[in-house]
Amino acid sequence: MTYLFSALADPTRRQIFERLAKGAQPVGKLAQGLPISRPAVSQHLAALKAAGLVTDHAEGTRRIYRIDPKGLAAIRIWLDQFWTEALDGYVAEVERSSEDPS
Amino acid sequence: MNLHISPAPVRKSIVVKAGIDKAFAVFTGRMGRWWPKSHSINRATEQIDVVLEPQLRGRWYERGADGSECQWGHVLAWEPPSRVLLAWQIGADWKFDADFLTEVEIRFTAENARTTRIDLEHRNLERFGEKAAESRAAFDSEGGWMGILKVYAETATA
Repeated sequence: MTYLFSALADPTRRQIFERLAKGAQPVGKLAQGLPISRPAVSQHLAALKAAGLVTDHAEGTRRIYRIDPKGLAAIRIWLDQFWTEALDGYVAEVERSSEDPS
Repeated sequence: MNLHISPAPVRKSIVVKAGIDKAFAVFTGRMGRWWPKSHSINRATEQIDVVLEPQLRGRWYERGADGSECQWGHVLAWEPPSRVLLAWQIGADWKFDADFLTEVEIRFTAENARTTRIDLEHRNLERFGEKAAESRAAFDSEGGWMGILKVYAETATA
């Protein structure tokens, strides 16, 4: 899945995005184990949200973040799968036509 | 802090056991033989062919069993046998849109007389986001991207 995150040039932001890819998390938990302050984590999350990559909702006093399934990340995953499937079909067709003497 | 994050292009590289002329011919001239049938945009009828008109500005479309045609895009550069650049004009609402354009570049490189490498790049993906923001309702509609979302949900929870 590394390819998906190549868009995210900032390594910390990428790290946050990768954590969210494994499941929704509150800001506090995301901040744990990261070498940056909680406000800095919030700033990265705001950037990810602005890019349509993550979405958030309130749960009590906490704000939970998750990957936006309707965002660009989902489209990119789909296109990546699509082209893999299409090129597999293409390779098969080339090989089929190689067997064909005509 | 930079608030604009552009998604990286989708890039694929494969090698086929065919000379460059044949590799190019099968890719561009016989698309209907290898195009995934599950990715038809025509919901009314079965897809029977995918056609790429072999020239600059040639149309790229699929043909249905009932004779109907659904356009995918057109040819932006036609340089046989080494390169073809396509305009993919299917937006996030899974419909053709003449005002929407992302580029798919396919490069063919002869490794030797019988082996060809193909490098594919689908770029300008951030435009899907611009389009999606414009038509959030269409984006959320049944069909179209529902399949992706399901796959995505499975991936995300795995």
